[in-house]
Amino acid sequence: MEKSLAITTFAVFKNAGPSTVDKPTIEKKTRSEEDLDLPWQVVVHNDPVNLMSYVTMVFQRVFGYPREKAERHMLEVHHNGRSILWSGMRERAELYVQQLHGYLLLATLEKVG
Amino acid sequence: MEICRRNDEIEISELDPFLAELLRQVPASANPDGVPTAEQRLFSPPTNGKETEICAEWKLYVEPELRRLFRTATETVAADLEQLNGNEKLFANRILRIPSKHADAWLSALNQARLVIAAKYNFTDGELGEHFRSPIGSRRDLSLFQVNFYGFLQEFILRELDDWAKSPRD
Repeated sequence: MEKSLAITTFAVFKNAGPSTVDKPTIEKKTRSEEDLDLPWQVVVHNDPVNLMSYVTMVFQRVFGYPREKAERHMLEVHHNGRSILWSGMRERAELYVQQLHGYLLLATLEKVG
Repeated sequence: MEICRRNDEIEISELDPFLAELLRQVPASANPDGVPTAEQRLFSPPTNGKETEICAEWKLYVEPELRRLFRTATETVAADLEQLNGNEKLFANRILRIPSKHADAWLSALNQARLVIAAKYNFTDGELGEHFRSPIGSRRDLSLFQVNFYGFLQEFILRELDDWAKSPRD
């Protein structure tokens, strides 16, 4: 039997105009425990437009990597077309991908295996 | 054109009218409207296509937030660019000062603009690496120059951000 966990994924504020004081409506989403436990990886793909120095800075900022490690990943993206930046739980991986897209990098979330 | 750091600002001086006009075009160039390939590049999918549920959630919740983030950056840059709209002589060189707290907005807006232009003209890797192509004989050549000029500014801002982090009071 599939076990389920209820997780609040996104809070949606309805009718949130400047003068309204409505309580936020919280939408809940159910995900299987299996989904949550499977390791996920954050992959960054090569892009000929983004500068190498910019990509290095983004890796340092998003993952807190020291410059040498960030540069290694940047060069891996450059030479191999992709690099796995991080692996772990889905929620955190999603957050990393969101941050990377905020910096306009080509990043995807992939299931390991 | 000269570019240097003065206290808490990046100062671009001796800006001739041509380069000033290219800078004025940053916010408009960053707009992907009407260019589907640019729209696809700025708002690329978060998975390799297999995870449809994640993609649907992303479209609904994350993409609007990204749009807001990108728009805020271009608005900040547009406000800084108002310095170039003074009443000096039409062909006089200009000065643009970018406060350090706007550096991230500039990096984002310049990146948006470069990605949109590159998607619009479908530049090849070879063209993008060709930094000294001249003369500018077509709209495509001009756009490639624009991409490289914006890249040069990004490089300078990144270097200054690095220096600021090391010695913020210099």
